[in-house]
Amino acid sequence: MIPLTYMMSLSAIIFAIGVAGVIIRRNILVMFMSIELMLNAVNLAFIALGSRLGSMDGQVIVFFVMTVAAAEAAVGLGIIISIFRNRETVHADDLTLMRW
Amino acid sequence: MPPFVYIFLGALAVVSALGVVVQRNPIHSLLALIGTLMTVAILFIAEDAVVVGFLQIIVYAGAIMVLFLFVIWLLNLQVETGPTGHLVLKFFGSLGAALLVAELFSILARPHLQVKFTRQPAGYGSLASLAGKLFTDYLVAFEVTSVLLLAAVVGSVALARKLPGTDDPRAARDVAS
Repeated sequence: MIPLTYMMSLSAIIFAIGVAGVIIRRNILVMFMSIELMLNAVNLAFIALGSRLGSMDGQVIVFFVMTVAAAEAAVGLGIIISIFRNRETVHADDLTLMRW
Repeated sequence: MPPFVYIFLGALAVVSALGVVVQRNPIHSLLALIGTLMTVAILFIAEDAVVVGFLQIIVYAGAIMVLFLFVIWLLNLQVETGPTGHLVLKFFGSLGAALLVAELFSILARPHLQVKFTRQPAGYGSLASLAGKLFTDYLVAFEVTSVLLLAAVVGSVALARKLPGTDDPRAARDVAS
């Protein structure tokens, strides 16, 4: 089996790329995709650790994370459609109503 | 699996994850994200999480990504115009991500965090073992999840609904033009 360090490093790198995507990109949809990227990085860490600990709990938690991601995607995309209908933009910098 | 397959899959996952952030067109970002999800699913299967790996492909790459695709098409966002961000923002974002990687590596490298390896029980990662855990130890969480999904469905329908009485700026402009 591949060393744990490799899988955890991969997970850390993908998570950091997701964080960078949320910071750098101003398109709400791409920021949303970066959040999915971070969720997947954490899933990878859960699976790798669970498989080495011989416990099924990691896989069950990944199952729940996927369910929550589905719910989050549905609500988030509903919000994006609602914003687009009212403001005709998907750029986070254009939404400055509550900024002073 | 031989180690070089893991190296290849890891490189593929990182490159396509970078593609999500770097691509200007949201459709290309989405395709790169699907690539990452597929690669991670293969890694799941290689790590003896067969059921979760297939669920990842069906639920994530199948359902959630198609939802993203529909929204991109619905909002007509195939071509992204305008700058994707300030140069300063890009610089500090990349710097912050690099610092985060360094921090996570330094935490993972600490010796007292090393895991005691345990032998996997027979049938590890099978559907029966996953369901056995899900419907005994995590039964309450599983049932609460159904309420969460119901709330998400109702909430997203309510959010995306056109309110009666509120004038739609696009419809008003269509009438005016």
